[in-house]
Amino acid sequence: MAPLLQIVDLHKRFGQLEVLTGVSMEVGRGEKVSIIGPSGSGKTTLLRCINYLEKPTAGHIYIDGKLIGEKQVNGSYVHLSDRELAKERQEIGFVFQRFNLFPHLTALGNVTIAPQKVLGQSREEAERRGREMLEKVGLAHKINEYPERLSGGQQQRVAIARVLAMQPKLMLFDEATSALDPELIGEVLRVMRQLAEEGRTMVIVTHEIQFAGEVSDRVVFMDGGKIVEQGPPRQVLTNPQQPRTREFLKHIQER
Amino acid sequence: MLQLPGIYAEYIHRWLPELLYYALTTLYIAAASFVLAVAIGLVIALLRTSRSALLRAPAIGYIEIARGLPIVVLLYIVYFVPPQLMPGLDWRWFTTFIGAVVGLGIHGGAILAEVFRSGIEALHSGQREAALSLGMTPAKAMIWIILPQATRVVLPPVANYAIGLLKDTSLCSLIGANELMNDAKSIAFADYQPMAVFVLVAAIYFAMSYPLSLCVRYMELRMSHGR
Amino acid sequence: MGFWDTIEKKGWYFFTSLMGGWPETVVVAVASLLFALAFGLVVALLRLSRWRALRIPTIAYVEFFRGTPALVQLFVIYFGFPDVGYQPSVFQAAIIGLGLNGAAYLSEVYRAGIESIHKGQMEAALSLGMTPASGMRYIILPQAIRTMLPPITTFSIVLLKDTSIVWAIGVLEIMARARQLVTETLDSNVIYPMAGIIYLCMTIPMARIAARLERSRQAWR
Repeated sequence: MAPLLQIVDLHKRFGQLEVLTGVSMEVGRGEKVSIIGPSGSGKTTLLRCINYLEKPTAGHIYIDGKLIGEKQVNGSYVHLSDRELAKERQEIGFVFQRFNLFPHLTALGNVTIAPQKVLGQSREEAERRGREMLEKVGLAHKINEYPERLSGGQQQRVAIARVLAMQPKLMLFDEATSALDPELIGEVLRVMRQLAEEGRTMVIVTHEIQFAGEVSDRVVFMDGGKIVEQGPPRQVLTNPQQPRTREFLKHIQER
Repeated sequence: MLQLPGIYAEYIHRWLPELLYYALTTLYIAAASFVLAVAIGLVIALLRTSRSALLRAPAIGYIEIARGLPIVVLLYIVYFVPPQLMPGLDWRWFTTFIGAVVGLGIHGGAILAEVFRSGIEALHSGQREAALSLGMTPAKAMIWIILPQATRVVLPPVANYAIGLLKDTSLCSLIGANELMNDAKSIAFADYQPMAVFVLVAAIYFAMSYPLSLCVRYMELRMSHGR
Repeated sequence: MGFWDTIEKKGWYFFTSLMGGWPETVVVAVASLLFALAFGLVVALLRLSRWRALRIPTIAYVEFFRGTPALVQLFVIYFGFPDVGYQPSVFQAAIIGLGLNGAAYLSEVYRAGIESIHKGQMEAALSLGMTPASGMRYIILPQAIRTMLPPITTFSIVLLKDTSIVWAIGVLEIMARARQLVTETLDSNVIYPMAGIIYLCMTIPMARIAARLERSRQAWR
């Protein structure tokens, strides 16, 4: 069976700056992959290419064996229209570093708006599922609160519930805890750990090395726009093969 | 509309010199009103921010009234009412030019008063306190610290007001002032080519206001970098 | 006749004559406001479009209508239109003229409001599977409208005051009646100030509301 996610020789350039210089990677169904690396290594850009928030300059991405973001027309590749892209994104969940909750909607509103307007669910259906997801992340008592009244950790959990309500095949986490105060990181990691244990397919970009080690099946170290090393956490984190990896991990331990 | 090029080819050598002459008059009216508006605006702004309610009240009243009235109504009141109210005096010197400048100046003074006021208030008292604690006298603080910053903040809105002023001079045609719009009307009806003339006049106004708009945009760009 | 005598004897007559022009003032103001609000949104969205072929003419329209006086625009529309085969009524010309002028101004207000919404909001909407159009409709615009309410209210006041120029192409609104009265009785020292007061009775309350909206917007942030 084809892996859930296949990234083939991905390149991304912003103007003169080459941020991704040939990244290839596979993620199997139910696998949890963490991506670590210094700032500017391209990890966030890689993630944003997967759901086509950024359009790659070269390379291809496949989900469940199907090419996404582009289609083949007469032998050459053409980018998809907004509507086609939107459809593909329904199956990919993205959790942002800065939550990006919709401030004009309550927590329940945030979680139900996409199921209603994108999947066409009825309000009752969407709210039923929405309440379920909010309860799952531990925020059943906050369903009618607006984002401004929630703490950072609570907002991020609502953002996760919002993604879950769409029942995605693949979940992407872009430094989900980097914008949180230290005391609030734990509650979000707890939810992410729970999702991992449920067997979801997750790609996690993070600075929380210890968490990455506990939860992932595989750790990927990126630097300078390419994958330097990848393997089981035990190997990459405790016995890295590459000097760059060793240097990076040493810096992290020193902090 | 497609006949325009042909029409212009025929008439433009007659229209353009005259229109450009009156465009200059427009610029004179605008410049004079601007100066008057700045003067009035500064005075009113200082009254408005004074600590005495006795001084603040008339300033507030002035601002509300001069901004609440349409410019046309203000121009009519300024130009037609005084001669009627005091018929004994000699009003021959009170030309439409003067009426226009006074009317636009009174309106502009109210607008600029608010601009200057927010400029003054935008400077946090912290700036003044920092200057004083460095040993500057209040006067030095005002000259070297407060005013330079206030001027920078105030420049874009003042420039925007100037652009609006340029366009508003066209309203003076409605009290009979000899400026661009009035001349446009005479030519348009003398030669039976209203559309062609008014489009040309619009282009002339645009040519006068657009450079100013570009300056404003440039200023705003530079200011946002300074943060 | 003395100033106060005039007011006593003819004041009421003046007032009712002036107010005869009030319906015209209000009709022109409301109609052009609605036109400007609707068309301004269209223009703003075109201005933000990805395709240059849509953006460039839109920018030209906005720059031109904001860089030329409304009075000239009214004249072009009223006198120029017959050249393309249609003679607009004075009302139509006034409403279209002020409406197009207003739309150009409001489109910049809309644009600033939309752009003030954080880019992350659209990204979140897109990543949930919404099209850019849905994102604009359900996420961006609802938030932007709250920011735009004060400038829109201020603009409505400006539009109301601008109706005082449409008599130049023949609409019989308040100022037109005022001028008519003055040719009748020569009492400009009472009539024009009275017209002024009528306008102030409309604009000052509106300005108070706009100020209150502005204050509550600051609080909401």
